[in-house]
Amino acid sequence: MITWDIWLEWFIKALVVTLALLTGFAYLTWYERRALARIQVRIGPNRAGPQGLLQPIADAVKLIFKEELTPGKADKLVFFWAPVITLVPSIIIAAVIPWGESFTAFGRTITLYVADLNVGVLYLMSIASIAVYGIVLAGWSSNNKYAMLGGLRSSAQMISYELALGLSFATSIILANSMRLLDIVEAQKTMWFVVVQPVGAMIFWIATLAEVNRAPFDMPEAEQELTAGYHSEYSGMKFALFFMAEYQKMIVICAIAATLYFGGFREFGILRNTIFSVDHTWMLGTWHITNWFLGPLYLLLKVIALLFGMIWVRATWPRIRYDRLMSFGWKVMLPLSLAITFITATGIILQQELHNDLYYYAGIPVVSILVGLFTVVMVYRELRRKAYERA
Amino acid sequence: MSVLDPVVELMRGLWTTLKMLGEKPVTFQYPEQKREVRPRFRGRHVLKRYDNGLEKCIGCSLCAAACPADAIFVEASENTDEKRFSPGERYASTYEINMLRCIYCGFCEDACPTEAIVLGDNYELSFYDRRSAIYTKESLLEPVPTVDMTTPRKVEPNVYKRSVPEMKDPQD
Repeated sequence: MITWDIWLEWFIKALVVTLALLTGFAYLTWYERRALARIQVRIGPNRAGPQGLLQPIADAVKLIFKEELTPGKADKLVFFWAPVITLVPSIIIAAVIPWGESFTAFGRTITLYVADLNVGVLYLMSIASIAVYGIVLAGWSSNNKYAMLGGLRSSAQMISYELALGLSFATSIILANSMRLLDIVEAQKTMWFVVVQPVGAMIFWIATLAEVNRAPFDMPEAEQELTAGYHSEYSGMKFALFFMAEYQKMIVICAIAATLYFGGFREFGILRNTIFSVDHTWMLGTWHITNWFLGPLYLLLKVIALLFGMIWVRATWPRIRYDRLMSFGWKVMLPLSLAITFITATGIILQQELHNDLYYYAGIPVVSILVGLFTVVMVYRELRRKAYERA
Repeated sequence: MSVLDPVVELMRGLWTTLKMLGEKPVTFQYPEQKREVRPRFRGRHVLKRYDNGLEKCIGCSLCAAACPADAIFVEASENTDEKRFSPGERYASTYEINMLRCIYCGFCEDACPTEAIVLGDNYELSFYDRRSAIYTKESLLEPVPTVDMTTPRKVEPNVYKRSVPEMKDPQD
């Protein structure tokens, strides 16, 4: 029987996720600008509030009060809805990500996720694919050739890298033997999947960068070629929605990476079985309090670390050429991720059939790394051959 | 040369940017923290005075003639010993520089026979309208060293007859 308190719980949890993403977006812009500035030996925004912490609010106020222009020959309806179509998936994708152990309060068990789908990973994949519609429609409806090219590039890039992304999702699913994200987190209790399958995590990371259009794969909005890509014609709050969607996708995809490969909301390896473990229960007389509040904290730390990785990569590597981006996606990432999935599955079957954990803990990582190195060698030889032909 | 070179190069790039994170930012926090200008920096003009407080400018308009942007306007009037502004016969009764036209080339400085106009080190010029971009003689003139040295003033007759002083060749 569904009663009002269940509705209230769902409502509060949904609100928490949404607000966390919105404030997370705001402070991610601040975090990125500060981190980039420090890498470039600058200071970054530090005027609005202490350490520039009110800068996101100032930006928001500015964007709200800016004039919104709609190009005369744009498709008005699509032009209006495209930012919304981009933004909504980036928020609802967070629904299945668990952010902590369940705990008991008010005489009932409260779980720290909005939805517990038994096909959570599938949900992530499908919602992540919807976001591309918004971008393509935005590019098309703007009636601007740069925006159109940006949108087309984005769709081609996302579709190409989604294959590798999906296969690295599959690797994690095979390792956990479940598509439910809570089970995947539980399966990483003893060992993070990044240790078992480092190459899979690497592929996931690269495909993720392409999926959220971040440098060095930020072709859809390559300033030098396409002004601003698919959002060239957008201004004011509509532009802010694209901006929000992009940064929220970054946060969410980092949370997914943390969940699939870095142990989710679980503690770091050395903290297992200590009082900092999320399973630890404090016995205070009749009060039994588990460390449930550490779950969100650990997830947050992991997301911040992964986000720094994204910012760091953006500060370092130049954008790669579009044809190379596509051939890298199809000729390197896809075969490699197929091989990785195959190796993982084989390793698990060997472990189960021969009852030897060595296949799992040593066999999978070693063979994967060897295959990864082989790929690097092949790419290197191909690049050398091309350079030789040009010379 | 090895096959892992591409990977090594990528990692070296990442290491370089990471090292920069530990470095002290070079930013000057401008309004609070100002940077010293260079000795030969060309900023806003200053009209100089002699040590005795008389103005160096004699209203000859050579600066206006030299100005490629036509930013300077000078109007000269006669000096008397009763009301003396500068040595010699004439002084600049109006001296205006339009800072929106000025290109800070320093030709006026070179043209000046008495070294009266000098490009100073003030670069904080901003205006809300065109009228306030025209700097008058009052705003350009150096303040007097002491209160009794203001111009115009009454001087002993037949002392300040020479308008261009004896000068050494410029050193700088």
